[in-house]
Amino acid sequence: MSALGELSKMKRRTTPKTAAEKKDEGRDNKAAYIFLLPWLIGLLFITVGPMLASLYLSFTDYNLLQSPNWIGLENFTRMLGDTRLHNSLGVTFTYVLVGVPIQLAVALLIALVLDKGIRGLPFYRSVFYLPSLLGGSVAIAILWKQIFGTTGLVNQVLAMVGIQGPGWISDPSTALGSIILLHVWTFGAPMIIFLAGLRQIPVMYYEAANVDGASAWQKFIKITIPLLSPIIFFNLVLQIIGAFQSFTQAFIVSGGSGGPSDSTMFFTLYLYQKGFGQFDMGYASAMAWVLLVIIGVFTAINFVASKYWVFYDD
Amino acid sequence: MTNLKSVSRSAVKATPPDAPRKKSTKRESMGSLAFSRRARGRALFKHLILIVSGAVMIYPLLWMVVSSVRPDELIFKDPGLWLNGLDMSNYSSGWSALTHPFGHYMLNSAIVVIGSILGNLISCSMAAYAFARLKFTASKLFFGIMLLTIMLPFHVVIVPQYVLFSQIGWVNTFWPLIVPKLLATDAFFVFLMVQFIRGIPKDLDEAARIDGAGHPRIFLRVILPLMVPALATTTIFTFIWTWNDFFGALIYLTDPDMFTVPVALRAFVDSQAGTSWGSLFAMSIVSLLPVFLIFLFGQRFLIKGIATTGIK
Repeated sequence: MSALGELSKMKRRTTPKTAAEKKDEGRDNKAAYIFLLPWLIGLLFITVGPMLASLYLSFTDYNLLQSPNWIGLENFTRMLGDTRLHNSLGVTFTYVLVGVPIQLAVALLIALVLDKGIRGLPFYRSVFYLPSLLGGSVAIAILWKQIFGTTGLVNQVLAMVGIQGPGWISDPSTALGSIILLHVWTFGAPMIIFLAGLRQIPVMYYEAANVDGASAWQKFIKITIPLLSPIIFFNLVLQIIGAFQSFTQAFIVSGGSGGPSDSTMFFTLYLYQKGFGQFDMGYASAMAWVLLVIIGVFTAINFVASKYWVFYDD
Repeated sequence: MTNLKSVSRSAVKATPPDAPRKKSTKRESMGSLAFSRRARGRALFKHLILIVSGAVMIYPLLWMVVSSVRPDELIFKDPGLWLNGLDMSNYSSGWSALTHPFGHYMLNSAIVVIGSILGNLISCSMAAYAFARLKFTASKLFFGIMLLTIMLPFHVVIVPQYVLFSQIGWVNTFWPLIVPKLLATDAFFVFLMVQFIRGIPKDLDEAARIDGAGHPRIFLRVILPLMVPALATTTIFTFIWTWNDFFGALIYLTDPDMFTVPVALRAFVDSQAGTSWGSLFAMSIVSLLPVFLIFLFGQRFLIKGIATTGIK
């Protein structure tokens, strides 16, 4: 960021300004900050201020009624021995590391099938996109709760072919899988981004490959994937950040408990229970910062790894 | 950061999804009968994949709609879509199952939604104008911060925000849900609008300036009318996100009088304990209806918005 700032300073130095221009610049400053005023207030009071406050609270014992009591690193050392918290991290990592790659793979696959100027594209696109608009709602979580229940839609269909399915969401070994499936179901948004990206790949590359007699698979590996890699990367970063924050589906499907036996206890759900169920606000703040650091680390890993597989045309 | 920026910027340049491609016309003009037969076979195969996977995706939704107009007990027996007449009793019993008629919660949601839309439109467009058109000290720094806040998990601010709003006495009011939007905290939309304004030719501003217009006038008379598509995208996304917002409402609205639709549905799930799935489905469908209508009529803006910024 500082490099960018210096860059702009350098630019200013190279072109000497007339008095009129300088006056113009001053006026711009004033106008700019007036236009930015709501955003600046928001940044201060809704984002940065609360961020710093939550950093402070993470070193305190705070229950909303009494004033915060400084306890140093105690919240963090408590986390080391909190097995439910460890479990919730495991649940969240599983959700992110299984759900996001599958979702993106399906999104890419369908985008590729849709890409080649297929008839009825707008219709198909709408059908695949609709679930991603509805997927975050309580209503769909309610539907999921029924579908994967003991006598739900899935088991009704399985019964028709003579299979007695388990109670998917009441069985700890399948409950998380049902919620991951809900995440995969909402692949429409990344699919749209892939479609836009595929359209940017110049047709001439494929034509040249055709002349050389390349197979479809070779074209996919040598042309499509490298040229689409910035978009894949973009989707990966955004979806991972989003998936770490998932809350509603697990909350509704498990009735707010994260059950059965904590198998759907997402980190965010545990944070909610600590902060707004037990009003252990200091601990919840410390958890929030752990989440921020985890997301930051994942994003950083993504950016570092991107140097090895993301290909920039320019 | 710069990587991400350049990626998203390149996504903007993408041709609109509906634009016809050169490739398909090229392929049609190409070659032999054998080739076209194979191409047709492949197209057929693709349609088959799409139809089957699309049907699997949409089936649960259709089944929910059908189940909501069938007698309650069929939900646990009939996985099909066949209807023996319409039974609307689920809707009437669901509508009045909670303390207030369901319309009360929809009205609450509508108030929050309208406030949020107005807030986002005004505050985000103002910030976007400054970022896209005005030279000011530390502009790059602020722009970078703005981009970072897009990715900030809201959990790190939610506890102090709650403390702040509860001390002002705003718990069980709609203010904690609306005021942040008035302060442009949905930075996605600032980014979306910045991208859009950058695409508007600067000559237009210059012409207005030569005519003696100041920034407020250029913003209101030149830029705003030209950025209607970006405003429409913002309106639609804000509508859907706010309508579906569960976490905020769950924390700030604990009084049943103030419930928005998502928390009302949650209360419904808890109170029924799964006994009346029919009416639960019926109200779920009622709650999804506005989003579905927006999807039908605003799909073009939604798809463009996603392709531009990568938001849901």
